Amino acid sequence: MTKFLEIRGLTMRFGGLLAVDNLSFTVEHGQIHGLIGPNGAGKTTTFNMISGFYKPTSGKVLLRGEDISGLKTHEVARRGVVRTFQHSTLFAELTVLENALVGTHMPFRPNIFAAIIGWDKEDRIGAEARAREALEFFGLEHLAQERAGDLSHGHQRALGMAVAYASHPDVILLDEPFTGMNPEETRRMMGLMRALRDNGITLLLVEHDMQAIMGLCDTITCMSFGKFLAEGGPAEIRNHPAVIEAYLGGARHVA
Amino acid sequence: MPRILFFALGLIGLVALPHALSFSQQEILVFLVINVLLVASYRLLTLTGEWSLGHVVIMGVGAYASALFSKNLGIYVPFAMLLGGMTSALLAVLLSFPLFRMKGFYFLIGSFAAGEIIRLLWKRFRDPFGGAKGIKGIEPMPDFSIGVYEFDFFEPISYYYMSGAVVVFCLWILWRIERSPVGLTFHAVHWQDKLAEASGVNLRAYRTLAFSIASGFAGLSGALLAHYVGTINPNSFDVEVMVFVLTWAIVGGTATFYGPILGCVVLTILNEIVLRELGFEQMRPLIYGAIMILSILFMPKGLESIVQRLTRRTPVAAPREKVAE
Repeated sequence: MTKFLEIRGLTMRFGGLLAVDNLSFTVEHGQIHGLIGPNGAGKTTTFNMISGFYKPTSGKVLLRGEDISGLKTHEVARRGVVRTFQHSTLFAELTVLENALVGTHMPFRPNIFAAIIGWDKEDRIGAEARAREALEFFGLEHLAQERAGDLSHGHQRALGMAVAYASHPDVILLDEPFTGMNPEETRRMMGLMRALRDNGITLLLVEHDMQAIMGLCDTITCMSFGKFLAEGGPAEIRNHPAVIEAYLGGARHVA
Repeated sequence: MPRILFFALGLIGLVALPHALSFSQQEILVFLVINVLLVASYRLLTLTGEWSLGHVVIMGVGAYASALFSKNLGIYVPFAMLLGGMTSALLAVLLSFPLFRMKGFYFLIGSFAAGEIIRLLWKRFRDPFGGAKGIKGIEPMPDFSIGVYEFDFFEPISYYYMSGAVVVFCLWILWRIERSPVGLTFHAVHWQDKLAEASGVNLRAYRTLAFSIASGFAGLSGALLAHYVGTINPNSFDVEVMVFVLTWAIVGGTATFYGPILGCVVLTILNEIVLRELGFEQMRPLIYGAIMILSILFMPKGLESIVQRLTRRTPVAAPREKVAE
């Protein structure tokens, strides 16, 4: 059986630095999969390789058996793998609704000739409906006409996910979605992520907030110094000796 | 409704305008109309965040192409103009391959270099470009009649009406593009190209699309110019003209569709009419430069910001009118 999203022997080398070293793991369909590890473990680099920002030095990313490593970001996105960004990366000058409308670029591909003549009414209505649906899902409907740059941090993070959600993705890659959120916002966001999973969207997230990770993820992959360290359910990972050593530092690391 | 009235009044004003002007002012008016199309097309390119220094040369490509099509191949002038615009757009697609490996400042310099290369090619190849002297005796627009009005293209008024109609139509297309999902994608490419790409936007394709559309309309404006003045040479499209386009865009502001057009109109009136009337013949470039510096210092958001401040009051007044109705 072909696996849904398989990372096979992924390696990334920046000059002399081996950022990710022969990493392999599999993401099951319809799961929330966490990728954790101490700072500098290569989590974000892995993310950037899956989403097409970096071309891996070697190794493969297989989506339903198709090799998507080395494709451009928009080509990866068109195969259903959409990412969000670590910081509040948004179209700050555009309104919230316009941000979500950019997210509908893939399901409602703009056509310039139709747009000039005015034959794209259905598409525009459809795109706006989809954008509003995405905003409603993340509780941003009432802010639709605000400038995205004026939103609070929590709302900006939610909007970032709404933009990704608007494009009908199969997989959303979330890069530290809980950074800078208060516990209440984190709790709400976790609820939304579970709702996304129940809608059949697979989530792969990189996160530092252990409480959120342990409470949310179905499977967790832990990396350290670019290498695969351990994989399992939250309970397994919490008590895994190698993981504890990587985070707290074993005796041999204490200099 | 009041918007239609506003446009109708504007149209009547534009039709009546040349009759209130002297012959030389009518000629300036024709150039102004052509430049409005040039600067409006430039804005479409700036939507994606790229500023080019080769836009005027691209306009020249349209002018040369249209002149040569009508002169050497005997193509009917209006069709030659359209072909001139298409030639510019096609050349832009070709140029996009080397130029869009660069972004921002590098693109600016790259586009300048590309423009200079094109200008050198015009100078170097006497046949068909006529070398440094350029092309003379370009076919004028053939006269025709639409029943109510006889177009006699020896008169600037006739050329103003013809080019004005073409330019208004082009502006309508540009406006439609900007307000469409395609225009939104251009904005997206400008503000956060990474997020746009992650949403499935093909950055290269959209940058090229904006560049070639802008170039096509610039080429058409060049063709309108060529068949009006009747003679073009490489120096008609040098970087000095480009500086004027930049000035119009910067002084007018590029945040809105009308900003660059406003800049073009206001500065042209100021430069050609007010300063000439005041008798500052030699000092005009000096005063023009001073105005630009002052406007950047005291009006960093451009002339459009003044218009926005004036029109922002109307939404407050509008509901009151509705109550009155």
